[in-house]
Amino acid sequence: MLEYNTNGNKAVISINELYRSFSDEPVLKGINLELFKGENIAVLGRSGSGKSVLIKIIVGLLNPDKGEVFVLGKQVDKLNSKELNELRLRIGFSFQNSALYDSMNVFQNLAFPLNMNVKNLGKGEVNDKVEEVLQAVGLLEKINQMPSDLSGGQKKRIGIARTLILKPEIMLYDEPTSGLDPVTSGEINELIIEVQQKFNTSSLIITHDLTCAKNTGNRIAMLDNGKFLHVGKFEEIAEANDEHIKSFFNYNFIQ
Amino acid sequence: MTRRNPRKYIFSRNIDNFFIDVNDAYKFLIRFFKEFSKRPFHHQELIRQSYEIGLKSLPLITLTGFIVGIVFTKQSRPSLESFGATSWLPSLMGIATVRALGPLVTALISAGKVGSGIGAELGSMRVTEQIDAMEVSAINPFKYLVVTRVIATTISIFVLSLYYSFVGLIGAYINIDGTEGISVISFLQDAFSSIGFLDISTSITKSIIYGFTIGIVGAYKGYNATQGTRGVGRAANQAVVLSIFLIFIEELIIVQIANFIRYF
Repeated sequence: MLEYNTNGNKAVISINELYRSFSDEPVLKGINLELFKGENIAVLGRSGSGKSVLIKIIVGLLNPDKGEVFVLGKQVDKLNSKELNELRLRIGFSFQNSALYDSMNVFQNLAFPLNMNVKNLGKGEVNDKVEEVLQAVGLLEKINQMPSDLSGGQKKRIGIARTLILKPEIMLYDEPTSGLDPVTSGEINELIIEVQQKFNTSSLIITHDLTCAKNTGNRIAMLDNGKFLHVGKFEEIAEANDEHIKSFFNYNFIQ
Repeated sequence: MTRRNPRKYIFSRNIDNFFIDVNDAYKFLIRFFKEFSKRPFHHQELIRQSYEIGLKSLPLITLTGFIVGIVFTKQSRPSLESFGATSWLPSLMGIATVRALGPLVTALISAGKVGSGIGAELGSMRVTEQIDAMEVSAINPFKYLVVTRVIATTISIFVLSLYYSFVGLIGAYINIDGTEGISVISFLQDAFSSIGFLDISTSITKSIIYGFTIGIVGAYKGYNATQGTRGVGRAANQAVVLSIFLIFIEELIIVQIANFIRYF
């Protein structure tokens, strides 16, 4: 469990009474959460508990029905498209299935957001930045490969590298270890911590994997049936006297 | 796309969903025109798509145009022969190819090849979250993916349609020369003697409208694909079916308008 002290740090994400439903089925039922600068929070919960919906609202891919989401001091659903794009440049989003552009090779995948968002960047500078982030995720040798030639773990790493290229202040990870073997999952967990330390990011890690939550989160937010059952340190949650939390922990193997 | 809750239909599920679809398609079309005029213009992607859509369709268009030119001439000969009018064949082929076959056959072939390709590619990008990945990287996916593809399709099908007419007339010439014996100059003079400004402008208008239809329908179906790989297949299939349906409706309307102008 990573130690972190929130004292004195500003909240980079602040969620107040957030509600969201799909076809009248409530998914999020009044969520409150604060992510502080430099902190990692792992949002833990079963499939369908609303975890992915939560980060899609944070990044403006979905709108809330009710409630407020402030990211870096800006209320996300009140921004126009230009302001939202400016905010998005400060947020890195790592997708569950990596979402690499399959018509582009690794270099093109990484250079694409850079070329589209940073004007007057020379070829040399683009190359340097791509190599820097590939080095950070340990996959420089894959620079000319196509996504279809990469393993699941490598795709996740390249996906993370693609988000890092714009030097985000906040990282959002959607199920970073899903579909990976325990060894590769462990490597991704280490990478998440390295990213936090090297790039000084604050992260929200959406996961159903207890090991990932335990190893990457300074705090854990346990989401169940659209509400946070508990937000706190891993040990506090592990000892919580709640039937839902207990059953979730009983079904998981903790390394 | 929004779907109504099963318990809250205004008419019935199918009727409600039809009107929701029409409304979504209308919004998609309006968005296209809005984004079309905005900067940045993705020239490189436009060139790449024109290559993928246009240049890569050349072999298929060449083969089809050439064969249809020969077959259509062969099929028309007996009818003209029966009242000794085989000399009208070049003229008939000129009118048929420029007025109808060029734009229509090119559009139908492209609806199958290009429309399904756009539907499947964008659909696959949607269900694998690649479109969302662009959006969260502050890249406008509509502008980058949809606008470039629709423009590339419109330009490519216009050029392919002209090319089809050219190849079709070569096929017709080879067949007529082989049977009746005619010089290229005489063939071209006869073929173009019956074609007027209205025929050429109608043909150009048709090919532009058909190209736009194929691009926008393929992009609309792919961009709004849902439900995983099944949704990708459905998007590709619907892109073809709807494009062909709309092309025939447009053909009917344009021919009516052209005839109205011709005989006015």
